[in-house]
Amino acid sequence: MGKADDSLELADGASVKDAWAQVSSDDLPNNTLIAVNMEYTDISHVLNEGDEVAFFPPVTGG
Amino acid sequence: MKVVVQVENFDPWVEMKNYQDANIPAGKHGGSVTFIGSMRDFNEGVDGIASMYLDHYPGMTEKHLERVCQEALDRWDVMDAFVIHRVGDIQPDEAIVLVGVWSEHRSAAFDACRFIINDLKHRAPFWKKETRPEGEHWVEKNTQDDQATNSGS
Repeated sequence: MGKADDSLELADGASVKDAWAQVSSDDLPNNTLIAVNMEYTDISHVLNEGDEVAFFPPVTGG
Repeated sequence: MKVVVQVENFDPWVEMKNYQDANIPAGKHGGSVTFIGSMRDFNEGVDGIASMYLDHYPGMTEKHLERVCQEALDRWDVMDAFVIHRVGDIQPDEAIVLVGVWSEHRSAAFDACRFIINDLKHRAPFWKKETRPEGEHWVEKNTQDDQATNSGS
C-alpha cells in the first residue's frame, strides 16, 4: 500500500477486512501483521470510531 | 522494569552497570543475564554492509516491549528486566539491542532473557534496511532460534 497514514469512512460494524478493501484492491498478503490501536489483532476485528489500524510486513528488529 | 527506544548509540556494559546500581538492591540478586545484539557487516551471504537504518512504529513498539517484559516478570521468578533498542542509522559493530534480566537464581534469568529477545525479534515492530554494496535492501525476516521455548509468537 505504501502509505504512512490515511483516514477512512467505514460503515458501522466494519472490520479490519473492510478497511483493507477500502485502501487496496489486492488480497492482503498472508504474512501481513495487523494492529488496531497498537495491539496485534486479526482481520475479523470489528472497528470503532477513531480506531487506528496498521498493516505491516514481518518485523526484523533485534 | 524499563524499556528505552532511542536513536543514540549506547555502551551496553555501561548501561547494564548503571541500571543495576540504580535499580537492583545490593546483595539480593544471584545472577544477571545480558543479551547484546550488534550489527554485523554481512548478512544473508552479502558482505560489505556499510550501515543499517532501523524503522519502528512509535508508540506500539514501546508498548509491545513493555508488555513482553511484564510477561517475563510474571512468568519467571526474576527481579527486573531492562531493554534498550536503537532506531535510526546504525553502523557495524554498534549495539542494536540490550536485554538485561536479574534474578536470585540463574535459570529464571536465562529463560526470561531468551523469551524477551525472541519475542522482540519476531513480534516487536521494527524493520531493518541495510545499505549493501548494490544498494538499499529491506530485510525480510529474522533467523529463528531453534532452542526457543515459547516465545509468544
